[in-house]
Amino acid sequence: MELSPDETIFWQNGFITINLTLVTTWVLMFVLVMASFLVTRKLRTDLKISRWQCILEMLVTGMNQQIKEVGLKNSEKFLSFIGTLFIFIAFANLCIIFPGYEPPTSSLSTTAALAICVFLATPLFGIAESGVLGYLKTYIEPTFIMLPFNIISEVSRTLALAVRLFGNIMSGGLIVSILLSIAPLFFPVLMTVLGLITGIIQAYIFSILATVYIAAATEESDRKNVKKKKMNKQPEILTEAKLVAK
Amino acid sequence: MNIDWFTLIAQIINFILLMWLLKRFLYKPILAAIDKRETNIKNQLLDATSQKKEATKAQDEFNQKNESFDKQKAELMQKAVSEAKVESEKLKETARNEANVLKEKLEKAFTEDQASKNNNIAKRIGDEVLNITRKTLTDLSSASLEEQTLKVLLIKLDTLNEEDKIKFAEALKEGSKPIVVQSAFELSTDQQAAIQKSVNAVLNTEATYEFVIRQELINGIEILTNGFKLSWSIYDYLESFQNEVDTGKKVEIETKSK
Repeated sequence: MELSPDETIFWQNGFITINLTLVTTWVLMFVLVMASFLVTRKLRTDLKISRWQCILEMLVTGMNQQIKEVGLKNSEKFLSFIGTLFIFIAFANLCIIFPGYEPPTSSLSTTAALAICVFLATPLFGIAESGVLGYLKTYIEPTFIMLPFNIISEVSRTLALAVRLFGNIMSGGLIVSILLSIAPLFFPVLMTVLGLITGIIQAYIFSILATVYIAAATEESDRKNVKKKKMNKQPEILTEAKLVAK
Repeated sequence: MNIDWFTLIAQIINFILLMWLLKRFLYKPILAAIDKRETNIKNQLLDATSQKKEATKAQDEFNQKNESFDKQKAELMQKAVSEAKVESEKLKETARNEANVLKEKLEKAFTEDQASKNNNIAKRIGDEVLNITRKTLTDLSSASLEEQTLKVLLIKLDTLNEEDKIKFAEALKEGSKPIVVQSAFELSTDQQAAIQKSVNAVLNTEATYEFVIRQELINGIEILTNGFKLSWSIYDYLESFQNEVDTGKKVEIETKSK
Protein backbone atom coordinates (compact mmCIF):
# COMPACT_ATOMS: atom_id res chain seq x y z
CA MET A 1 0.00 0.00 0.00
CA GLU A 2 1.28 3.42 -1.01
CA LEU A 3 1.11 5.92 1.81
CA SER A 4 2.04 8.96 -0.26
CA PRO A 5 1.44 9.99 -3.87
CA ASP A 6 5.18 10.73 -4.00
CA GLU A 7 5.68 7.03 -4.42
CA THR A 8 3.79 6.99 -7.72
CA ILE A 9 6.52 8.09 -10.09
CA PHE A 10 5.80 8.86 -13.73
CA TRP A 11 9.22 9.93 -14.85
CA GLN A 12 12.60 10.09 -13.17
CA ASN A 13 15.95 11.39 -14.23
CA GLY A 14 18.40 11.42 -11.40
CA PHE A 15 17.28 13.93 -8.82
CA ILE A 16 14.38 15.10 -10.94
CA THR A 17 11.31 13.03 -10.27
CA ILE A 18 7.89 13.65 -11.77
CA ASN A 19 5.53 11.91 -9.40
CA LEU A 20 1.76 11.92 -8.79
CA THR A 21 2.06 14.72 -6.21
CA LEU A 22 3.54 17.11 -8.72
CA VAL A 23 1.22 16.13 -11.55
CA THR A 24 -1.84 16.48 -9.33
CA THR A 25 -0.57 19.81 -8.05
CA TRP A 26 -0.12 21.08 -11.60
CA VAL A 27 -3.58 19.94 -12.57
CA LEU A 28 -5.05 21.63 -9.52
CA MET A 29 -3.06 24.76 -10.23
CA PHE A 30 -4.23 24.77 -13.84
CA VAL A 31 -7.86 24.31 -12.82
CA LEU A 32 -7.67 27.03 -10.18
CA VAL A 33 -5.92 29.51 -12.44
CA MET A 34 -8.16 28.76 -15.43
CA ALA A 35 -11.30 29.03 -13.31
CA SER A 36 -10.07 32.32 -11.87
CA PHE A 37 -9.16 33.59 -15.31
CA LEU A 38 -12.49 32.58 -16.83
CA VAL A 39 -14.49 34.15 -14.06
CA THR A 40 -12.46 37.32 -13.63
CA ARG A 41 -12.07 38.19 -17.31
CA LYS A 42 -15.67 39.43 -17.39
CA LEU A 43 -16.04 41.01 -14.02
CA ARG A 44 -18.93 43.36 -13.51
CA THR A 45 -18.74 46.30 -11.20
CA ASP A 46 -22.43 47.10 -11.00
CA LEU A 47 -24.87 45.53 -8.59
CA LYS A 48 -25.86 42.65 -10.86
CA ILE A 49 -23.07 40.04 -10.99
CA SER A 50 -22.71 36.45 -12.16
CA ARG A 51 -22.96 33.51 -9.74
CA TRP A 52 -19.33 32.58 -10.20
CA GLN A 53 -18.19 36.11 -9.57
CA CYS A 54 -20.38 36.18 -6.50
CA ILE A 55 -18.79 32.93 -5.23
CA LEU A 56 -15.28 34.22 -5.82
CA GLU A 57 -16.08 37.58 -4.23
CA MET A 58 -17.52 35.80 -1.20
CA LEU A 59 -14.38 33.64 -0.99
CA VAL A 60 -11.96 36.52 -1.33
CA THR A 61 -13.81 38.89 0.99
CA GLY A 62 -14.35 36.06 3.49
CA MET A 63 -10.63 35.28 3.59
CA ASN A 64 -9.83 38.96 3.82
CA GLN A 65 -12.22 39.31 6.72
CA GLN A 66 -10.70 36.31 8.49
CA ILE A 67 -7.20 37.76 8.15
CA LYS A 68 -8.45 41.04 9.58
CA GLU A 69 -10.16 39.29 12.47
CA VAL A 70 -6.93 37.54 13.40
CA GLY A 71 -5.25 40.91 13.76
CA LEU A 72 -3.59 41.79 10.50
CA LYS A 73 -4.88 45.21 9.74
CA ASN A 74 -3.47 45.58 6.26
CA SER A 75 -5.06 42.30 5.25
CA GLU A 76 -4.83 42.73 1.48
CA LYS A 77 -1.04 42.58 1.70
CA PHE A 78 -1.23 39.05 3.17
CA LEU A 79 -4.22 37.88 1.19
CA SER A 80 -2.34 36.39 -1.74
CA PHE A 81 -0.15 34.26 0.56
CA ILE A 82 -2.70 33.15 3.13
CA GLY A 83 -5.52 32.98 0.58
CA THR A 84 -3.48 30.80 -1.76
CA LEU A 85 -2.60 28.49 1.11
CA PHE A 86 -6.27 28.09 2.01
CA ILE A 87 -7.54 27.76 -1.56
CA PHE A 88 -4.85 25.27 -2.59
CA ILE A 89 -5.19 23.07 0.49
CA ALA A 90 -8.99 23.23 0.52
CA PHE A 91 -9.29 22.53 -3.22
CA ALA A 92 -6.75 19.71 -3.01
CA ASN A 93 -8.63 18.17 -0.08
CA LEU A 94 -12.09 18.65 -1.59
CA CYS A 95 -11.12 16.80 -4.75
CA ILE A 96 -11.10 13.53 -2.82
CA ILE A 97 -14.65 13.11 -4.04
CA PHE A 98 -13.19 12.10 -7.39
CA PRO A 99 -12.50 8.34 -7.39
CA GLY A 100 -8.83 7.41 -7.63
CA TYR A 101 -7.76 10.91 -6.68
CA GLU A 102 -4.94 11.23 -4.22
CA PRO A 103 -4.57 14.70 -2.69
CA PRO A 104 -1.08 16.24 -2.90
CA THR A 105 -1.61 17.33 0.72
CA SER A 106 -1.31 13.67 1.73
CA SER A 107 2.34 13.93 0.68
CA LEU A 108 4.70 15.03 3.41
CA SER A 109 6.81 16.77 0.77
CA THR A 110 3.88 19.06 -0.12
CA THR A 111 2.88 19.82 3.45
CA ALA A 112 6.53 20.37 4.38
CA ALA A 113 6.91 22.65 1.37
CA LEU A 114 3.86 24.63 2.47
CA ALA A 115 5.13 24.73 6.06
CA ILE A 116 8.52 25.93 4.83
CA CYS A 117 6.73 28.62 2.87
CA VAL A 118 5.03 29.74 6.08
CA PHE A 119 8.34 29.42 7.95
CA LEU A 120 10.01 31.69 5.40
CA ALA A 121 7.11 34.06 4.91
CA THR A 122 6.71 34.79 8.62
CA PRO A 123 10.12 36.50 9.08
CA LEU A 124 9.82 38.11 5.66
CA PHE A 125 6.49 39.73 6.51
CA GLY A 126 7.77 40.54 10.01
CA ILE A 127 10.87 42.25 8.66
CA ALA A 128 8.84 44.04 6.00
CA GLU A 129 6.48 45.40 8.64
CA SER A 130 8.77 46.03 11.65
CA GLY A 131 12.29 46.01 10.22
CA VAL A 132 15.06 43.48 10.98
CA LEU A 133 15.58 44.66 14.53
CA GLY A 134 11.92 44.89 15.24
CA TYR A 135 11.40 41.37 14.02
CA LEU A 136 14.41 39.95 15.87
CA LYS A 137 13.13 41.68 18.99
CA THR A 138 10.13 39.37 18.95
CA TYR A 139 12.46 36.46 19.75
CA ILE A 140 13.48 38.04 23.08
CA GLU A 141 9.94 38.81 24.10
CA PRO A 142 8.86 38.99 26.84
CA THR A 143 12.47 38.40 28.18
CA PHE A 144 15.85 37.45 26.76
CA ILE A 145 15.58 34.05 28.42
CA MET A 146 12.74 33.18 26.06
CA LEU A 147 15.06 33.34 22.97
CA PRO A 148 15.83 29.57 22.76
CA PHE A 149 12.21 28.70 23.43
CA ASN A 150 11.07 31.12 20.76
CA ILE A 151 13.51 29.59 18.26
CA ILE A 152 12.40 26.06 19.18
CA SER A 153 8.80 27.20 18.92
CA GLU A 154 9.47 28.64 15.46
CA VAL A 155 10.89 25.36 14.20
CA SER A 156 8.50 23.07 16.00
CA ARG A 157 5.40 24.90 14.88
CA THR A 158 6.57 24.66 11.27
CA LEU A 159 7.09 20.96 11.76
CA ALA A 160 3.71 20.70 13.46
CA LEU A 161 2.05 22.49 10.55
CA ALA A 162 3.54 20.07 8.06
CA VAL A 163 2.87 16.94 10.05
CA ARG A 164 -0.65 17.94 11.13
CA LEU A 165 -1.86 18.49 7.61
CA PHE A 166 -0.04 15.48 6.24
CA GLY A 167 -1.26 13.21 9.07
CA ASN A 168 -4.87 14.25 8.81
CA ILE A 169 -5.17 14.00 5.06
CA MET A 170 -3.01 10.90 4.71
CA SER A 171 -4.90 9.13 7.49
CA GLY A 172 -8.19 10.08 5.90
CA GLY A 173 -7.13 8.59 2.58
CA LEU A 174 -5.68 5.55 4.28
CA ILE A 175 -8.88 4.88 6.23
CA VAL A 176 -10.94 5.13 3.05
CA SER A 177 -8.57 2.67 1.33
CA ILE A 178 -8.76 0.25 4.25
CA LEU A 179 -12.53 0.55 4.47
CA LEU A 180 -12.86 -0.05 0.74
CA SER A 181 -11.27 -3.43 1.20
CA ILE A 182 -13.36 -4.25 4.30
CA ALA A 183 -16.74 -2.69 3.61
CA PRO A 184 -16.69 -1.31 0.09
CA LEU A 185 -20.35 -0.28 -0.14
CA PHE A 186 -21.28 2.15 2.57
CA PHE A 187 -18.49 3.19 4.91
CA PRO A 188 -16.09 4.64 2.31
CA VAL A 189 -18.79 7.17 1.33
CA LEU A 190 -19.21 8.23 4.93
CA MET A 191 -15.48 8.45 5.40
CA THR A 192 -15.15 10.52 2.22
CA VAL A 193 -17.78 12.94 3.55
CA LEU A 194 -15.86 13.08 6.79
CA GLY A 195 -12.69 13.56 4.77
CA LEU A 196 -14.28 16.58 3.04
CA ILE A 197 -15.02 18.14 6.40
CA THR A 198 -11.56 17.29 7.70
CA GLY A 199 -10.01 18.67 4.54
CA ILE A 200 -11.78 22.02 4.87
CA ILE A 201 -11.02 22.20 8.58
CA GLN A 202 -7.37 21.43 7.96
CA ALA A 203 -7.16 24.04 5.24
CA TYR A 204 -8.70 26.53 7.62
CA ILE A 205 -6.39 25.52 10.48
CA PHE A 206 -3.28 25.67 8.29
CA SER A 207 -4.07 29.10 6.89
CA ILE A 208 -5.31 30.54 10.17
CA LEU A 209 -2.16 29.33 11.97
CA ALA A 210 -0.05 30.88 9.24
CA THR A 211 -1.98 34.12 9.75
CA VAL A 212 -1.44 33.95 13.51
CA TYR A 213 2.28 33.41 13.04
CA ILE A 214 2.54 36.33 10.64
CA ALA A 215 0.45 38.45 12.98
CA ALA A 216 2.80 37.57 15.84
CA ALA A 217 5.78 38.52 13.69
CA THR A 218 4.27 41.88 12.75
CA GLU A 219 3.17 42.54 16.32
CA GLU A 220 6.11 44.86 16.96
CA SER A 221 5.07 47.13 14.12
CA ASP A 222 1.51 47.24 15.44
CA ARG A 223 2.81 48.18 18.87
CA LYS A 224 4.88 50.97 17.34
CA ASN A 225 1.85 52.23 15.48
CA VAL A 226 -0.23 52.24 18.64
CA LYS A 227 2.53 54.13 20.48
CA LYS A 228 2.77 56.66 17.66
CA LYS A 229 -0.95 57.17 17.76
CA LYS A 230 -0.84 57.66 21.51
CA MET A 231 1.98 60.17 21.15
CA ASN A 232 0.01 62.02 18.54
CA LYS A 233 -3.08 62.03 20.67
CA GLN A 234 -1.32 63.22 23.86
CA PRO A 235 -0.85 66.89 22.87
CA GLU A 236 -4.48 67.07 21.96
CA ILE A 237 -5.45 65.73 25.39
CA LEU A 238 -3.10 68.18 27.07
CA THR A 239 -4.57 71.02 25.09
CA GLU A 240 -8.04 69.91 26.06
CA ALA A 241 -6.96 69.69 29.71
CA LYS A 242 -5.51 73.18 29.50
CA LEU A 243 -8.68 74.44 27.98
CA VAL A 244 -10.70 72.84 30.77
CA ALA A 245 -8.34 74.37 33.37
CA LYS A 246 -8.75 77.75 31.74
CA MET B 1 6.60 8.75 4.71
CA ASN B 2 9.89 10.09 3.41
CA ILE B 3 10.29 13.57 2.10
CA ASP B 4 11.15 13.76 -1.55
CA TRP B 5 13.37 16.82 -1.69
CA PHE B 6 12.84 17.48 -5.38
CA THR B 7 9.09 17.35 -4.82
CA LEU B 8 9.47 19.63 -1.82
CA ILE B 9 11.42 22.23 -3.80
CA ALA B 10 9.08 21.85 -6.76
CA GLN B 11 6.07 22.29 -4.49
CA ILE B 12 7.59 25.43 -3.00
CA ILE B 13 8.07 26.78 -6.52
CA ASN B 14 4.60 25.60 -7.50
CA PHE B 15 3.12 27.33 -4.49
CA ILE B 16 4.92 30.60 -5.24
CA LEU B 17 3.82 30.34 -8.87
CA LEU B 18 0.25 29.60 -7.86
CA MET B 19 0.36 32.51 -5.44
CA TRP B 20 1.48 34.84 -8.21
CA LEU B 21 -1.03 33.48 -10.71
CA LEU B 22 -3.90 33.73 -8.28
CA LYS B 23 -2.85 37.21 -7.32
CA ARG B 24 -2.81 38.08 -11.02
CA PHE B 25 -6.07 36.38 -11.98
CA LEU B 26 -8.09 36.23 -8.81
CA TYR B 27 -7.33 38.54 -5.90
CA LYS B 28 -6.40 41.67 -7.80
CA PRO B 29 -9.34 41.68 -10.24
CA ILE B 30 -11.82 40.66 -7.57
CA LEU B 31 -10.61 43.24 -5.06
CA ALA B 32 -10.44 45.86 -7.79
CA ALA B 33 -13.99 45.03 -8.83
CA ILE B 34 -15.16 45.19 -5.22
CA ASP B 35 -13.37 48.49 -4.70
CA LYS B 36 -14.83 49.87 -7.88
CA ARG B 37 -18.29 48.74 -6.87
CA GLU B 38 -17.83 50.25 -3.45
CA THR B 39 -16.71 53.49 -5.04
CA ASN B 40 -19.69 53.38 -7.37
CA ILE B 41 -22.03 52.73 -4.49
CA LYS B 42 -20.37 55.48 -2.48
CA ASN B 43 -20.74 57.86 -5.42
CA GLN B 44 -24.30 56.77 -5.94
CA LEU B 45 -24.97 57.31 -2.26
CA LEU B 46 -23.34 60.73 -2.45
CA ASP B 47 -25.38 61.48 -5.55
CA ALA B 48 -28.47 60.23 -3.80
CA THR B 49 -27.65 62.36 -0.77
CA SER B 50 -27.07 65.43 -2.89
CA GLN B 51 -30.19 64.65 -4.90
CA LYS B 52 -32.07 64.17 -1.68
CA LYS B 53 -30.77 67.50 -0.45
CA GLU B 54 -31.74 69.11 -3.72
CA ALA B 55 -35.10 67.41 -3.57
CA THR B 56 -35.59 68.60 -0.01
CA LYS B 57 -34.57 72.09 -1.05
CA ALA B 58 -36.89 71.93 -4.04
CA GLN B 59 -39.64 70.62 -1.83
CA ASP B 60 -39.08 73.42 0.65
CA GLU B 61 -39.15 75.93 -2.17
CA PHE B 62 -42.25 74.29 -3.54
CA ASN B 63 -43.87 74.37 -0.10
CA GLN B 64 -42.97 78.01 0.32
CA LYS B 65 -44.29 78.81 -3.12
CA ASN B 66 -47.39 76.80 -2.38
CA GLU B 67 -47.92 78.68 0.84
CA SER B 68 -47.46 82.02 -0.87
CA PHE B 69 -49.78 80.87 -3.66
CA ASP B 70 -52.35 79.82 -1.10
CA LYS B 71 -52.01 83.12 0.66
CA GLN B 72 -52.26 85.01 -2.61
CA LYS B 73 -55.18 82.86 -3.62
CA ALA B 74 -56.95 83.53 -0.35
CA GLU B 75 -56.31 87.26 -0.69
CA LEU B 76 -57.50 87.29 -4.30
CA MET B 77 -60.49 85.21 -3.31
CA GLN B 78 -61.34 87.59 -0.51
CA LYS B 79 -60.87 90.54 -2.79
CA ALA B 80 -62.98 88.91 -5.48
CA VAL B 81 -65.68 88.08 -2.95
CA SER B 82 -65.76 91.63 -1.60
CA GLU B 83 -65.75 93.04 -5.14
CA ALA B 84 -68.48 90.64 -6.13
CA LYS B 85 -70.44 91.68 -3.05
CA VAL B 86 -70.06 95.35 -3.92
CA GLU B 87 -70.89 94.67 -7.55
CA SER B 88 -73.84 92.56 -6.49
CA GLU B 89 -75.09 95.35 -4.23
CA LYS B 90 -74.62 97.81 -7.08
CA LEU B 91 -76.48 95.57 -9.50
CA LYS B 92 -79.21 94.96 -6.97
CA GLU B 93 -79.54 98.69 -6.41
CA THR B 94 -79.65 99.34 -10.14
CA ALA B 95 -82.16 96.55 -10.62
CA ARG B 96 -84.19 97.87 -7.71
CA ASN B 97 -84.14 101.38 -9.17
CA GLU B 98 -85.02 100.09 -12.60
CA ALA B 99 -87.76 97.98 -11.08
CA ASN B 100 -89.06 100.99 -9.18
CA VAL B 101 -88.99 103.12 -12.31
CA LEU B 102 -90.70 100.36 -14.23
CA LYS B 103 -93.19 99.90 -11.44
CA GLU B 104 -93.86 103.60 -11.34
CA LYS B 105 -94.27 103.61 -15.10
CA LEU B 106 -96.55 100.64 -14.94
CA GLU B 107 -98.52 102.10 -12.09
CA LYS B 108 -98.77 105.40 -13.91
CA ALA B 109 -99.79 103.65 -17.09
CA PHE B 110 -102.21 101.52 -15.15
CA THR B 111 -103.58 104.57 -13.33
CA GLU B 112 -103.88 106.47 -16.55
CA ASP B 113 -105.48 103.55 -18.22
CA GLN B 114 -107.78 103.08 -15.28
CA ALA B 115 -108.55 106.79 -15.19
CA SER B 116 -109.21 106.79 -18.87
CA LYS B 117 -111.43 103.77 -18.52
CA ASN B 118 -113.18 105.29 -15.54
CA ASN B 119 -113.61 108.54 -17.40
CA ASN B 120 -114.99 106.72 -20.34
CA ILE B 121 -117.31 104.75 -18.12
CA ALA B 122 -118.34 107.86 -16.16
CA LYS B 123 -118.82 109.78 -19.37
CA ARG B 124 -120.77 106.95 -20.81
CA ILE B 125 -122.84 106.60 -17.65
CA GLY B 126 -123.36 110.34 -17.53
CA ASP B 127 -124.26 110.37 -21.19
CA GLU B 128 -126.58 107.47 -20.70
CA VAL B 129 -128.17 109.13 -17.66
CA LEU B 130 -128.52 112.37 -19.54
CA ASN B 131 -129.94 110.64 -22.55
CA ILE B 132 -132.40 108.80 -20.35
CA THR B 133 -133.24 112.02 -18.51
CA ARG B 134 -133.51 113.93 -21.74
CA LYS B 135 -135.71 111.29 -23.22
CA THR B 136 -137.82 111.11 -20.13
CA LEU B 137 -138.22 114.88 -19.87
CA THR B 138 -138.86 115.15 -23.58
CA ASP B 139 -141.51 112.50 -23.26
CA LEU B 140 -142.97 114.30 -20.26
CA SER B 141 -142.91 117.81 -21.76
CA SER B 142 -146.32 119.25 -22.37
CA ALA B 143 -148.11 122.64 -22.87
CA SER B 144 -148.51 123.21 -19.22
CA LEU B 145 -144.84 122.53 -18.62
CA GLU B 146 -143.85 124.92 -21.42
CA GLU B 147 -146.05 127.57 -19.95
CA GLN B 148 -144.62 126.98 -16.54
CA THR B 149 -141.13 127.22 -18.01
CA LEU B 150 -141.95 130.53 -19.62
CA LYS B 151 -143.48 131.74 -16.38
CA VAL B 152 -140.31 130.84 -14.49
CA LEU B 153 -138.20 132.70 -17.03
CA LEU B 154 -140.39 135.74 -16.85
CA ILE B 155 -140.25 135.73 -13.05
CA LYS B 156 -136.47 135.40 -13.28
CA LEU B 157 -136.43 138.33 -15.68
CA ASP B 158 -138.57 140.41 -13.43
CA THR B 159 -136.55 139.65 -10.37
CA LEU B 160 -133.24 140.39 -12.13
CA ASN B 161 -130.99 142.52 -9.91
CA GLU B 162 -129.78 145.90 -10.94
CA GLU B 163 -126.29 144.82 -11.74
CA ASP B 164 -127.50 142.15 -14.16
CA LYS B 165 -129.98 144.54 -15.64
CA ILE B 166 -127.12 147.00 -16.38
CA LYS B 167 -125.02 144.20 -17.86
CA PHE B 168 -127.95 143.09 -19.99
CA ALA B 169 -128.53 146.63 -21.21
CA GLU B 170 -124.85 147.23 -21.97
CA ALA B 171 -124.63 143.97 -23.86
CA LEU B 172 -127.58 144.97 -25.95
CA LYS B 173 -126.11 148.40 -26.62
CA GLU B 174 -122.67 147.04 -27.66
CA GLY B 175 -124.09 144.60 -30.17
CA SER B 176 -126.47 145.91 -32.70
CA LYS B 177 -127.88 142.43 -33.23
CA PRO B 178 -131.37 141.41 -32.21
CA ILE B 179 -132.01 139.61 -28.92
CA VAL B 180 -132.09 135.85 -29.65
CA VAL B 181 -134.73 133.85 -27.84
CA GLN B 182 -134.00 130.11 -28.09
CA SER B 183 -136.56 127.59 -26.94
CA ALA B 184 -137.05 123.88 -27.14
CA PHE B 185 -140.62 124.32 -28.18
CA GLU B 186 -142.36 126.72 -30.50
CA LEU B 187 -143.52 129.84 -28.69
CA SER B 188 -146.96 131.15 -29.40
CA THR B 189 -147.47 134.78 -30.40
CA ASP B 190 -148.73 135.63 -26.91
CA GLN B 191 -145.79 134.00 -25.32
CA GLN B 192 -143.43 135.88 -27.68
CA ALA B 193 -145.24 139.11 -26.84
CA ALA B 194 -145.00 138.41 -23.10
CA ILE B 195 -141.25 137.87 -23.42
CA GLN B 196 -140.83 141.05 -25.52
CA LYS B 197 -142.90 143.02 -23.01
CA SER B 198 -140.90 141.80 -19.99
CA VAL B 199 -137.50 142.34 -21.67
CA ASN B 200 -138.47 145.78 -22.86
CA ALA B 201 -139.61 146.58 -19.35
CA VAL B 202 -136.29 145.49 -17.91
CA LEU B 203 -134.25 147.32 -20.53
CA ASN B 204 -136.54 150.26 -20.96
CA THR B 205 -136.16 150.06 -24.71
CA GLU B 206 -137.80 148.61 -27.78
CA ALA B 207 -135.49 145.84 -29.01
CA THR B 208 -135.74 143.53 -31.98
CA TYR B 209 -136.14 139.81 -31.33
CA GLU B 210 -135.27 136.58 -33.12
CA PHE B 211 -137.02 133.43 -32.00
CA VAL B 212 -135.15 130.11 -32.61
CA ILE B 213 -136.20 126.55 -31.78
CA ARG B 214 -133.49 124.24 -30.26
CA GLN B 215 -134.58 120.78 -29.28
CA GLU B 216 -131.53 120.03 -27.15
CA LEU B 217 -132.56 122.72 -24.61
CA ILE B 218 -135.08 120.23 -23.26
CA ASN B 219 -138.06 122.29 -22.39
CA GLY B 220 -135.92 125.36 -21.81
CA ILE B 221 -135.84 128.98 -22.94
CA GLU B 222 -132.79 131.21 -23.39
CA ILE B 223 -132.47 134.93 -23.94
CA LEU B 224 -129.11 135.72 -25.51
CA THR B 225 -127.53 138.97 -26.46
CA ASN B 226 -123.88 139.69 -27.13
CA GLY B 227 -122.41 137.61 -24.30
CA PHE B 228 -125.22 137.98 -21.80
CA LYS B 229 -127.46 135.04 -21.29
CA LEU B 230 -130.56 134.59 -19.25
CA SER B 231 -132.08 131.16 -19.39
CA TRP B 232 -133.88 128.40 -17.70
CA SER B 233 -133.78 124.85 -18.95
CA ILE B 234 -133.42 121.36 -17.70
CA TYR B 235 -130.44 121.11 -20.05
CA ASP B 236 -128.56 123.60 -17.86
CA TYR B 237 -129.21 121.54 -14.80
CA LEU B 238 -128.05 118.41 -16.57
CA GLU B 239 -124.99 120.14 -17.91
CA SER B 240 -124.02 121.39 -14.46
CA PHE B 241 -124.73 117.91 -13.11
CA GLN B 242 -122.46 116.38 -15.74
CA ASN B 243 -119.77 118.89 -14.91
CA GLU B 244 -120.05 118.05 -11.25
CA VAL B 245 -120.00 114.34 -12.00
CA ASP B 246 -116.89 114.69 -14.15
CA THR B 247 -115.12 116.86 -11.63
CA GLY B 248 -116.05 114.55 -8.77
CA LYS B 249 -114.76 111.42 -10.58
CA LYS B 250 -111.52 113.03 -11.55
CA VAL B 251 -110.92 114.05 -7.98
CA GLU B 252 -111.82 110.56 -6.77
CA ILE B 253 -109.40 108.90 -9.26
CA GLU B 254 -106.55 111.24 -8.32
CA THR B 255 -107.11 110.47 -4.67
CA LYS B 256 -107.06 106.74 -5.38
CA SER B 257 -103.86 106.95 -7.46
CA LYS B 258 -102.18 108.86 -4.66
